Amino acid sequence: MFTALYRWLDERLQLDGLIAPFSHKTVPTHRLSYWYFFGGITLFLFIIQVLTGILLLLYYRPGANEAFESVQYIMTRVQFGWLIRSIHAWAANLMIFTAFVHMFSVLFLKAHRKPRELTWVSGVILLYLVMGFGFSGYLLPWNTLAFFATKVGTEMAGQVPIIGKPMMIFLRGGEEVTGATLTRFFGFHVAVLPGLVTVLIAIHLFFVQRQGMSVPPRTEAEWTAHPEQMREMKFFPNFILRELMAWYVAIGTLAALAAMFPWNLGVKADPFVSAPAGIKPEWYFLFMFQTLKLIPSKVWFIDGEVLGVLGCSLAGLLWLLLPFFESDQPSRTKAWITGLAVFALVYVIGMSVYGFLAN
Amino acid sequence: MASLRIKRRSCLSVRSAGLAACLLLAPCLGPGQTVNSCLDCHSAQPGDLEVTPEKFSQDIHSQKGLTCTSCHGGDASNYDPDQSMSRKAGWTGKIDRKQVPQVCGSCHSNPAYMRSFNPSLRTDQLDQYHTSMHGKRLATGDTKVAVCTDCHSVHDLRPPSDPRSTVNPVNVAKTCSCCHSDAAYMKQYGIPTDQFANYSTSVHHDAMVVRGDLSAPTCSTCHGNHGALPPGVDKVQNVCANCHAFQAQMYEKSTHSKAFQDRSLPGCIVCHSNHGIHMPSDAMLGTGPGGVCMQCHAPGDHCDRARASIQTNLTQLDSAIKDADNALRLAESAGMEVSEARLGQDQARDSLTKARVTIHSFQTALVNEDIQAGIKVASANLKAGKDAMVERNHRRVGLGICLIAIAMMLLGLWLYIRQLES
Repeated sequence: MFTALYRWLDERLQLDGLIAPFSHKTVPTHRLSYWYFFGGITLFLFIIQVLTGILLLLYYRPGANEAFESVQYIMTRVQFGWLIRSIHAWAANLMIFTAFVHMFSVLFLKAHRKPRELTWVSGVILLYLVMGFGFSGYLLPWNTLAFFATKVGTEMAGQVPIIGKPMMIFLRGGEEVTGATLTRFFGFHVAVLPGLVTVLIAIHLFFVQRQGMSVPPRTEAEWTAHPEQMREMKFFPNFILRELMAWYVAIGTLAALAAMFPWNLGVKADPFVSAPAGIKPEWYFLFMFQTLKLIPSKVWFIDGEVLGVLGCSLAGLLWLLLPFFESDQPSRTKAWITGLAVFALVYVIGMSVYGFLAN
Repeated sequence: MASLRIKRRSCLSVRSAGLAACLLLAPCLGPGQTVNSCLDCHSAQPGDLEVTPEKFSQDIHSQKGLTCTSCHGGDASNYDPDQSMSRKAGWTGKIDRKQVPQVCGSCHSNPAYMRSFNPSLRTDQLDQYHTSMHGKRLATGDTKVAVCTDCHSVHDLRPPSDPRSTVNPVNVAKTCSCCHSDAAYMKQYGIPTDQFANYSTSVHHDAMVVRGDLSAPTCSTCHGNHGALPPGVDKVQNVCANCHAFQAQMYEKSTHSKAFQDRSLPGCIVCHSNHGIHMPSDAMLGTGPGGVCMQCHAPGDHCDRARASIQTNLTQLDSAIKDADNALRLAESAGMEVSEARLGQDQARDSLTKARVTIHSFQTALVNEDIQAGIKVASANLKAGKDAMVERNHRRVGLGICLIAIAMMLLGLWLYIRQLES
C-alpha cells in the first residue's frame, strides 16, 4: 500500500529526484561516530518544543493577572495538560543540554575547522538563541522564582555601558519587571525566537548537508595513510534509523522525567514581596551567575558587575569567532584551542556545581 | 548631726573640685561652642549627680534645644557655682519627687507649646496621672509611687519609639516590674508581685518580645499608662475587647456574661487568667489539665454535655485539616499540582478559628455550624490529595506501558538495522 502511495506521489511530484541526493549521501563511520547524533537529538527536541508549545498556546494567557492561573489550569484541568507542560519544560532543559554536548563534541572532534567555520558560527548563535528561549520561557508561568530571576537577569543586561539601560527598558517594557515584561517575553518566545531559530536551523542543516560530516584529524590521517580502513554508512536509511533510535531514547527519557518529576508550578509572583533568599537562575546560566558573584564590587576603577557582564559578552563573542583563530591547514590544528575547550568545559561544569552548592 | 556635718563637708569638697575643673576647662571652649557650666561640673560629680554631655545629648529634650536650666533654673553660662546655682538666678536645685509631675506638666500640659515640637503629641498626661493610683497616692504624700522620671528615666530620656527607651512597648513590662516585682518595696501595698513573672510566660509577651509584634499588649495596654489603674471587675471584657472584638461581642450576648456579673466574676479572666494568659487550646474545653469549664460546672449537666460535644467536634475538624494537609503534602512531594486544594485549606483553617471564636457565644448550634463548614472543605481537600495520588499511580502505569513500547520499538529498529547491514 505504501509503495503504491509513493508511486502515486512520485508520478506527480518527482520524489525520486528529491530523495536521490540523500540516497547517495554517506556518513563516516569510526569509533567516535556516536557524537554525530547529538545534533539530531537537539533538532528533535526543538521539534517537540514547537509541537508542545503550540498545544500550550491553546490555553496559555499572557498577562500578569492570568498567566499563572492559566498554567495552573493547564496543569490541573486540561486533559494531559500536565504532560504537555512537563514535556515542554523538560525538553527545553534537555535541548540546552544536548546543544552544549553537541557544541563541545564538535570542538573536541575538530569539526569547527576550515571549511566549516560558518557551520560553527550558525551553531553557536543557535545555542545563544536557545538560551534566550530558556530565559524568556522561564518567566511565562509568572511565578515568584521566574519573576525574580528575570529581574536579576535583566538588571545584568542593564550593566552594559551606554546601551545597557535602554536595552533593559526594552526587555522589561519599562523600568520594572511587570505584566508588560511578560507580554514582551511571550512575544519573543513564541514569535521572534522561533522565527530566527527556524531560519538558522535551515542554514545550519544546509551547511552540514553541503559539507558532509567532519572526520576527526587523527582518523582522517589514518584513513589517508590506509585508505582500506575507511568506513562509511549510508545516510538514508542506515544513519537515519540509528538517529531514530536516539530519538526514541530521548522521548523515553522525556516521558520518564515528565511522569516521575512533573514540572513544578511554584507560587504566583508578587512584585511587592522581597526576593526569596538564595535565589539562583536556571542551571544553564549558573556558571555565568557564579562568575559575576565572585568578581569584587570594584576592580581597579571599574565596577565589578560591569566588568563581569562585559567580560562574559566578550568571551561569548570570541567563542563565536573561535574557528577563525584556527590554522588554515585542516590537518594542523592549534593545541591551545583544544586546551581552551578543555578549560571552558571544566570551568562551566565547575562553576555550575559551585553555584549549585553555594548558599 | 555629726553625720550631716560630714555629708556637708564632703559636698563642699566635691563642689570645690568641680569648680577647679570648670575653671580649667572654660578657656578650652572654641568659638561657637555653647557654654554649659552645669554639664562641665556634673560630668565630674559622683553617683546620681553625674550627668555627662554624652548622656544628656541622648535626651530628647537636649535634642530639641532644651538645657539643664529649662527644668532646674539657674545660670548655665556662669562657672561660679555660687552664682550659677543661686536662688537669684532662679536655680531650683534637685526637683522634689512630689513636684516632678508638675514640672514635667508645665510644658507637656501646654498644647500651644508642645505643638511647636510635635502637633500630634498628647497633652493630657498630667491630668491622667492625677487619676492614676500613682497620682492619687502621691497626692496623699506617698513618695514611693512612680513619678514621670521613674518610668521615662531622666537626663537620657528617649522617645517611646526608640527601642532603647524604658517606655518602648518592648521595655514597658520590664520598667513596671522594677517596682511591681520588688516584694520588699511593694510590701506595704499588699498587692501581688508576680505579674511580670506571669506575663513573661504569656502569649502576649511571646508576641511582643519573641515575635517582635509591637501591637501586642503590655502592662500599659490594659492598665493605661499615665492613668494606670487596674480595670474594674466588671470592665475586664471592655479591656480585652479592644483587641478581641468578636469574642467580646459573643460573650456579651451569652448566658455567661450575666452569670459572671451576678457572681462578681471578672469576665475573661475567669477562664483565661490575666497576666499569665497562655495560648488557648481545645484542652480548655476538656476535663483534664488545662480544662476550665468544670471549675464551675457539674459533670453530666446540660453544659457539660454541650462542652463535650463542642470539644469532640473541634477535635474532629482539627484532625480533618491535619489529614488533608498530610495528603496534600504527600501529593506535592510526588510532584502533583494541588495548589488549589492547598489554598482551600486556608478556608478550613479559617472555619476552625471562627469556631474557636464562636465558642464565646456558648451556643453549641452556632459553633457546630462553623465546624461543619470547615469539615466539608477539609474533606474535599483530603479527596483532592488522595485523587492526586491515584492520578500519580495512573501516570506511572502509563509511563511503564510507554517505556515498554519504546523498548520494543528500539529492539525492532536494532534488528532491522542488523538485517539491513548483513
